[in-house]
Amino acid sequence: MSDMITIAFYLFAGLSIISGIFMIFTKNILYAAFALMFCFLSLAGIYVLLGADFVAITQLLVYVGGVLVLLIFGVMLTVRVEGKSLQTGSHLKWGGALIGILWIGILVQLILQVDWTAVMTDQPIEASVNSIGKLLLSKYVIVFELAGLLLLIGLVGAAYIAGAKIRTK
Amino acid sequence: MIHGEVSEFGIILLFLIGGIFFVAFGLLTARLIRPKRPNIEKLTTYESGEDPLGTAWSQFNTRFYIIALVFILFEVELVFLFPWATVYADQELMELTGGKWGMIALVEMVAFVIILALGLVYLWVKGFLNWERPMPTGKQYYSPIPKIAYSKFIKRRK
Repeated sequence: MSDMITIAFYLFAGLSIISGIFMIFTKNILYAAFALMFCFLSLAGIYVLLGADFVAITQLLVYVGGVLVLLIFGVMLTVRVEGKSLQTGSHLKWGGALIGILWIGILVQLILQVDWTAVMTDQPIEASVNSIGKLLLSKYVIVFELAGLLLLIGLVGAAYIAGAKIRTK
Repeated sequence: MIHGEVSEFGIILLFLIGGIFFVAFGLLTARLIRPKRPNIEKLTTYESGEDPLGTAWSQFNTRFYIIALVFILFEVELVFLFPWATVYADQELMELTGGKWGMIALVEMVAFVIILALGLVYLWVKGFLNWERPMPTGKQYYSPIPKIAYSKFIKRRK
C-alpha cells in the first residue's frame, strides 16, 4: 500500500515537472495551455496523496475546469493573423533564470532545515471535506459569508471590466 | 498512511488509467491494422462533404469570455457547497443541537447563495448575458412593381 503511494507520488511529480517544462519551452501557446492542464491534473493527484482531498477537488474544479477554459478562451479571443498558429517568444531570459535559481536555492534551504522525521506520523489521514464543512458553518461562518461577498464583488467587477466593449455598443 | 474516504481516490485513479489504456489500445491497434495510403483528398478536413475554406482558427465572440468568467465564479461557489453538503444533515450535530444545526446550515447557505444570485441578477439586468444575434447584412430588395401586379399576373396564368 505504502509502496503504491510512493510510486503514484513519483508518477504525478514526474508528470507535473515534465508538463511544466514542456509548457515553458513550447512555442505554440495552445500546446502550452494543454501542458498546463496536465500539470494541474498531476498537482491534484499530489494533493490527494497528501490527504488534502478538498484542495484536490478545488484544483480539479476551479483550475482544470475553469481557469484553463478561461485561458484557452483568452487565446481564442485574441486577434491574430489568420491561418498562423499563435507563437510565443521568450523574454528576459537571464532575469528569469536568476529568479528561478534564487527560488530553488530558498526551497532547498528550507527542505534541508526542516526536521522531516519529526513531521512524519503514523496517524491515518482522513477525508478533510467533513471537518472543513463543520468549521465553515460554525467557527468561520462570517468568513464564509464574506467569501460570498468577495465572490460577488469579483463577479460584478470582472463582468464590468470584460464587458466594457459590449456596454458601449 | 491514507485511509477511509481518501483511499477512494484510488478508484478514480484506476478509472483514469483504465480510460487512458482503453483509448490508447484502440488507437494503437487501429494504427497497426489499417492500411495507410493517404492522398490530398483524404487528408483534407472533412466537414459535411464541403471543401473547407480558410482556417479553423477564427476569432471567438467576446461574450464567451464573460460567460466563462461568470462560470468560474459560480464554480468557486459550488466548491463551497461541497463541504456544506457533507455536513448539513450531520446526525451527531443534529442530535447535539436538537435539530437546530440543520436550520442554521440551511440559512447560512441560502444567504451565501443569495449574495451570489444578486450578482447574477445584476449581470442579467445590465445585459451582459444577452446574446447578440448576427443581423443579416446586405440590402433588402424592394421591387418597383406593386404586389397587386404580381397577383394579377398569377391569376391570368391560371
